[in-house]
Amino acid sequence: MKIHEYQAKAILARFGVPVPRGEVVVKKGEAEAAAERLGTPVVVVKAQIHAGGRGKAGGVKVAKSPEEAATLAERMLGMKLVTAQTGPEGRIVRRVLVEEGLDIKRELYLSVLVDRAMGAPMFMASAAGGMEIEQVAKDNPEAILRETIRPETGFQAYHARKLAFGLGLSAELAHAAVPFMHSLYRAFIETDSSLLEINPCVVTGDGRLVALDAKVNFDDNALYRHPEFKDLRDLDEETPLEVEASKYKLNYIKLDGTIACMVNGAGLAMATMDIIKLSGGRPANFLDVGGDASEERVKNAFRILLSDPNVKAVFINVFGGILRCDMLASGIVSAAKELRFKVPVVVRMEGTNVRQGQEILRNSGLNFAVANGMKDGAEKAVALAGGAL
Amino acid sequence: MSILVNKSTRVIVQGLTGREGSFHSQQMIDYGTKIVAGVTPGKGGTKHLGVPVFDTVAEAARETSANAAIAFVPPPFAADAILEAVESALPLVVCIAEGIPVLDMVRVAAALKNSKTRLIGPNCPGIISPGQCKLGIMPGFIHKRGNVGLVSRSGTLTYEAVGQLTGLGIGQSTCIGIGGDPIIGTSFLDAIKMFNDDPETHAIVMIGEIGGNAEEIAAEFIKKNVKKPVVGFIAGQTAPPGRRMGHAGAIISGGQGTAKEKYAALRAAGIHTVQSPAEIGQAMAAVLGKSKSRLATKSATKKIVATNAKKRGKKRK
Repeated sequence: MKIHEYQAKAILARFGVPVPRGEVVVKKGEAEAAAERLGTPVVVVKAQIHAGGRGKAGGVKVAKSPEEAATLAERMLGMKLVTAQTGPEGRIVRRVLVEEGLDIKRELYLSVLVDRAMGAPMFMASAAGGMEIEQVAKDNPEAILRETIRPETGFQAYHARKLAFGLGLSAELAHAAVPFMHSLYRAFIETDSSLLEINPCVVTGDGRLVALDAKVNFDDNALYRHPEFKDLRDLDEETPLEVEASKYKLNYIKLDGTIACMVNGAGLAMATMDIIKLSGGRPANFLDVGGDASEERVKNAFRILLSDPNVKAVFINVFGGILRCDMLASGIVSAAKELRFKVPVVVRMEGTNVRQGQEILRNSGLNFAVANGMKDGAEKAVALAGGAL
Repeated sequence: MSILVNKSTRVIVQGLTGREGSFHSQQMIDYGTKIVAGVTPGKGGTKHLGVPVFDTVAEAARETSANAAIAFVPPPFAADAILEAVESALPLVVCIAEGIPVLDMVRVAAALKNSKTRLIGPNCPGIISPGQCKLGIMPGFIHKRGNVGLVSRSGTLTYEAVGQLTGLGIGQSTCIGIGGDPIIGTSFLDAIKMFNDDPETHAIVMIGEIGGNAEEIAAEFIKKNVKKPVVGFIAGQTAPPGRRMGHAGAIISGGQGTAKEKYAALRAAGIHTVQSPAEIGQAMAAVLGKSKSRLATKSATKKIVATNAKKRGKKRK
């Protein structure tokens, strides 16, 4: 789960991570008073969306007076911000963060994440703050410092010292880095984050380390331990169909093709998208209905797939294990009867009770194209959607 | 032979009396798996599906000399279940649960490092040595005993590949679903090493997906150490970056973990890659055909060539 910068900073501050003073503003006309309260000669106005690359896209501006802050905030609120990460459709800015301006001497990159190969939390740091770490990893991979934390012993002061001296910081700053990074680590562990990124982490003129930006992603699987995070979710930042799908515990991701697919299992669902592409079509979505899909779930899945106006054909690809093909077939038939859709449907079933399942489809009186294997299914779906692109 | 599980595997089911535990345990028993004990705290001393139930894994292990466990417990309690099995020094634990918090798995991974236990999963279908032992939730009937080892991060995509192999008459020594999470107990590398050392395994199918670099690490090992033919497929060639594709571990982040990179690593290691998930079985058949024909006498080779020519002729008609 993603949250906004201002929410991330509030959480980090609670753990003792120094962040700039600031106020979030949702209405035009609130920014000037916020800037006045901050009282610094310079304030920064930052658009709050769940995507990076805001600075380059005009979503982060410096104001030299409260009046200017008001003008900038007014311009940003309601605007469509298109960044390198939002895609061409962009995001509507509904909140701006007004923050004190700082005297910045140096910009660093700092993050905490889980190192998959080591199975442990890891700090990543680089002297190239403000740059996307992806770019640094590509151009200058040795400029990235890594420090794995053993979960048995947890964070130690030397972890921070190693990173700080590695970044070329002074002894004083290396000293300051210890509580800074310790707080970050505690925040990472105690909030069950999957990523905690400070980019940039700045060194100020008066020798402090401050988290100038903050990105916190929570581990979805651990949200049950943090009911208080539920309120931090911003549905405006999510695709409406995906929000709808999540209500039914359907794993749905909208894509921009014309062939909808419904599959059991994430790996097979990805492979189904791949074979649609190989057959000359484009997948409209990723959808894993899960191993225990009920008739009701299949129906809801259908409804969501068909709400996408780009969809010209549906390809159902199921390898029945726990999920029985006869149950799936009944679900498809009842969904088709209830929803009365016109879009052609190709069904490929294999595995548990496949014969009974095919029987149900045949006897339904509905016009399903039954496929023999996933290649045949993908090709039939592409043909029914109007042929290869 | 086979790897990890066989006829002498004696299994404890953690969560035997639950809905899922009961259903899958019955399926495993029907397949021929030796389930010797169940563990459900508070139900010790009873019997379920004809199997004695204990309150703790330690007790179950002591009383039954079991050498493997499979956990059917909900994700919030899964780490606890795995750690309990580790504590009892069971050599093998399978965890099916999907949705375990990653920091729980961090603690589990640390405990596994200094233990006698190998974990398979979580978020996986389990492991099966066809005709011998099924320790998981996969449909047993699609498998056939034979000499191809299969390792995959996915569940149903594994069934798909097994279905293709069996359909072509190609049996399997052992099939392992290692799981779709970012932190898992058994990696591709671990599985490939075991298959490489298993005399009954003559060839290997490796089914990866986007996210992480476990496929690349295994490919590096294959390049240097594996003489057995390997067929590889990577799911997620069309997956957009930055999105989790169902599996918690299936995400392209920071430009890393793409299918393209993985295919390149697999190819560089001499792995027979297929772009289409529908061609995994055929690719293995072709690879096995080649290695057989290498051993075959001249006349036999001629025969194969002749039949192939006949087949091609038929197709043209």
